[in-house]
Amino acid sequence: MKIQDTLHETYTALSANKARSGLTILGIVIGIGSVVAMIAIGQGASGSIQSSIQSIGSNLVLVMPGQQRGAGASPVSAGRGSAMTLKQEDADAIAKEVTLAKAIAPEISRRYQVTAKGTNTNTQIVGTTSDYPIVRNLEIDTGTFISDMNVRDLARVAVIGPTTRDDLFGAGADPIGETIRIKNVQFKIIGMTKAKGGSGFTNQDDMIFVPISTAQRYLAGDTYVTTISVAAEDPNAMATIQQEITDLLLRRHNISDPKLADFQVLNQQDILATASSITNTMTMLLSAIAGISLIVGGIGIMNMMLTTVTERTREIGLRKAIGAKRRDISIQFLVEAVMLTFLGGFIGIVLGWLISLLVTSLSGIATAVSTTSILLAFGVSASIGIVFGYYPARRAAALNPIEALRYE
Amino acid sequence: MIECKNIGKTYVNGDMETHALRDVSFTINDGEFVAIMGPSGSGKSTLMHIIGCLDTPTRGEYLLDRKDVAKLSDDALADIRMQKIGFVFQAFNLLPRTSVLRNVMLPLIYAEKGEAERIEKAKEALSASAFPEKFWEHYSNQLSGGMMQRVAIARALVNDPTLILADEPTGNLDTKTGNMVLETFQRLHKEQGRTIVLITHEPDIAEHAERIIHIRDGDIVSDSKQHKQRLAVNLL
Repeated sequence: MKIQDTLHETYTALSANKARSGLTILGIVIGIGSVVAMIAIGQGASGSIQSSIQSIGSNLVLVMPGQQRGAGASPVSAGRGSAMTLKQEDADAIAKEVTLAKAIAPEISRRYQVTAKGTNTNTQIVGTTSDYPIVRNLEIDTGTFISDMNVRDLARVAVIGPTTRDDLFGAGADPIGETIRIKNVQFKIIGMTKAKGGSGFTNQDDMIFVPISTAQRYLAGDTYVTTISVAAEDPNAMATIQQEITDLLLRRHNISDPKLADFQVLNQQDILATASSITNTMTMLLSAIAGISLIVGGIGIMNMMLTTVTERTREIGLRKAIGAKRRDISIQFLVEAVMLTFLGGFIGIVLGWLISLLVTSLSGIATAVSTTSILLAFGVSASIGIVFGYYPARRAAALNPIEALRYE
Repeated sequence: MIECKNIGKTYVNGDMETHALRDVSFTINDGEFVAIMGPSGSGKSTLMHIIGCLDTPTRGEYLLDRKDVAKLSDDALADIRMQKIGFVFQAFNLLPRTSVLRNVMLPLIYAEKGEAERIEKAKEALSASAFPEKFWEHYSNQLSGGMMQRVAIARALVNDPTLILADEPTGNLDTKTGNMVLETFQRLHKEQGRTIVLITHEPDIAEHAERIIHIRDGDIVSDSKQHKQRLAVNLL
């Protein structure tokens, strides 16, 4: 039998039972639709997490204090980053000895209440150096960033983030030259950063930057730093830099066992990899759940095809009597099953795409329906048709024409 | 030409052996109109299945156009049926929700003939079975029994077979329409020289053929030419 004839027969057979065909493909529609939607949402989420990690800076190695432990072998831990083990000197040593580093910016950050003329807010105060904008991909909108001289002079100047500006002075106001008070210390605003947008772990637009020396002297009252950000020249140098910093700090802190290190060195690439592996796992999990409905849909197809074969036993007998071979019969029923799943797959892809559009417009989560997921969905639906259509088709082909013709 | 030489068919069901056909031999030449007659259980259906290449005999030789088809595989038998045999069944066995024309074309679809040839041959066959042209595009399930059987006859004719095998073709029809179908067979036999084998249990129907093979309990009881063939009168 020629292909176009097989398709003609398939069309006739499926349209003869529109309601049943429709209900049967519903399972496939829902299965494929949810797989496509889940992959789209998963990929969208992973994309937005990755871009928010990228927005922290490029080729970044972060040095943070380890976790604080009580005296001796106390099991009480205050959590990672809580200990005060990194000092200004550590940052200076890294700057001097780690030659592959392009720029280094130690920082001390803590939340304080900030007041301006009649308004106040609570925000992140970051004490840092002039290299910070290079390391963290920060751009200045108006004015200037903190200079080396400001750091040397313990200048009481501040660079404000656009969100903080909105909170303190109102949107669109020019904050340059204004005065703010942090912990009863007056600061003069000398610049404002450009909005980076995007959320992330911390909102980088809601911050105030001050010279690190000023922050240590007037705000924190000590010389500890909370993070040292190191930018590498290129991504390939990151692992080396990470190792060099670890070795250097272990030596400086007199720690022989790296497991007991009182600091941690994070590589941006690692953070990225971890975040992607988390989102990938989530996507896999969600798709697997959606995949179960695909299997259920496939069983529905098989069920319908078995019913069809039984119903059309006499027809199969006749076809065999007038010259249809086993192959003709099995292909006809297989094509019917594949056509059902293909149709279901197509509608499912459209449905999944609509769902992901809906999710984007309702919740704002970016979604991405990729060509890969569409091809995957088509492949999966076709193979479901073949797998679940095979048995009924074989049963039809194996029918004895004499008995089939007599079947009541 | 059909040659059956010492054909036997035995069904084995557990320890029970049933001899549907014992030792049957006969020859049907091209252009003959033969009725195979016998009561139910006589083995005539088994014989029809063997002649129609739907089944193979347990013993003996069956030559169709001098070719031994007794030992062929299922698919090879399907090919023979496609090329040499046209079936007409008691229950018509047309595809529902399918046009008359497409029903008639079905054997040619399996023979992978081109579209133009199919339509031409299907129209020829429908004309030969005296099926009115105005119903050609109708669905087969919208037709009366007599009309359906004419479509079935056209379908049997469409591949220009060596043999038309009609299994109780009037069994589901009233006398009038049954007569119409028998008249069609007689005309096809006379005008086109078709070889027709009619399987029936009714002597009245069998008398419309030129030769009657009487079968009982798996053996041929008599095989005689009729000097005077009963003519189907179109009562309509």
